[in-house]
Amino acid sequence: MELANINELLVKYENAETTLQEEQMLKKYFQQDTVPAHLIEYKELFNYFDDSSKEHFTKPIPIKPRSANWKWLSIAASVVLLISLYTIKSSDSIMSASERQEAQLAYQETQKAFQLISQNLNKGNTVAMNGLQEFEKAQNKIFTKNK
Amino acid sequence: MKQKEFLNTVMPFKDKVFRLAKRLLVSRDEAEDATQELYLKLWTNKSKLSDYKNVEAFAMTMTKNYCLDQLKSKRANNLTLVHSNYKDNNTPLHREIEIKDSVSRVHEFIEKLPEKQKLIIQLRDVENYDYDEIGKILDLQPTAVRVALSRARKTIREQLIKQHNYGIS
Repeated sequence: MELANINELLVKYENAETTLQEEQMLKKYFQQDTVPAHLIEYKELFNYFDDSSKEHFTKPIPIKPRSANWKWLSIAASVVLLISLYTIKSSDSIMSASERQEAQLAYQETQKAFQLISQNLNKGNTVAMNGLQEFEKAQNKIFTKNK
Repeated sequence: MKQKEFLNTVMPFKDKVFRLAKRLLVSRDEAEDATQELYLKLWTNKSKLSDYKNVEAFAMTMTKNYCLDQLKSKRANNLTLVHSNYKDNNTPLHREIEIKDSVSRVHEFIEKLPEKQKLIIQLRDVENYDYDEIGKILDLQPTAVRVALSRARKTIREQLIKQHNYGIS
């Protein structure tokens, strides 16, 4: 590019009237090795801008993708807990008709069985008592003799 | 907004955020911390991001505000920024020495500018935003941006020329 053009652009640049394209042209111009002596300080300036724009951020970006999920997890857990509590409680009180009948039957059968056992035990009781009376008779005989 | 979608929207301008933070906070470490902090903020507010037409401008505004807050709290704590911990790990050493003399002078001149001009120079001359975008980021009229930019550019050039004439380089 011609020097006169550059000079003109530099004046515009200082008045902040240059467009971005014109500024790019200036940057490009001052990247060449030799520039006129009176423009040397602009070379420093534009090279500095160019170098500064090449700096990069190298550290990792910290974001926590799972932080939001914990909230939903706890909500899901509490819902499961409530449902399970409700079903356990309701299954306690509600019993189907056939189940109730069966339970009643089992109860009657058990009572019958207990009745049978107790009757037999009572039978045994009277036999044992008779046996004991027999012992007492013998005992009495011995004790009266000794006196 | 899903993680992937989020990354696709915010990752392209991570270097710009970092460079802006570094321009204001000077130290590379602090700029890195600020960038990470900022992305964490963006992530926690990701549901609101879709409300913004220009997420990048919004992020740059957030960066600016965050860094200025950091500077304010630092000044309140009477801690001055230490320039010695400014280190550039990216440019190879020989290149660094080569450009150091001339470039760091420009760096110093920019550092001495008022905060507003510093921000505008960074956004315009380094990141190449147009005046409307800069106005949006800094909440200024585009004409005000031009005025401040012109002032900043003139100041930097004057100082560069002054040093040349005195033969200090």
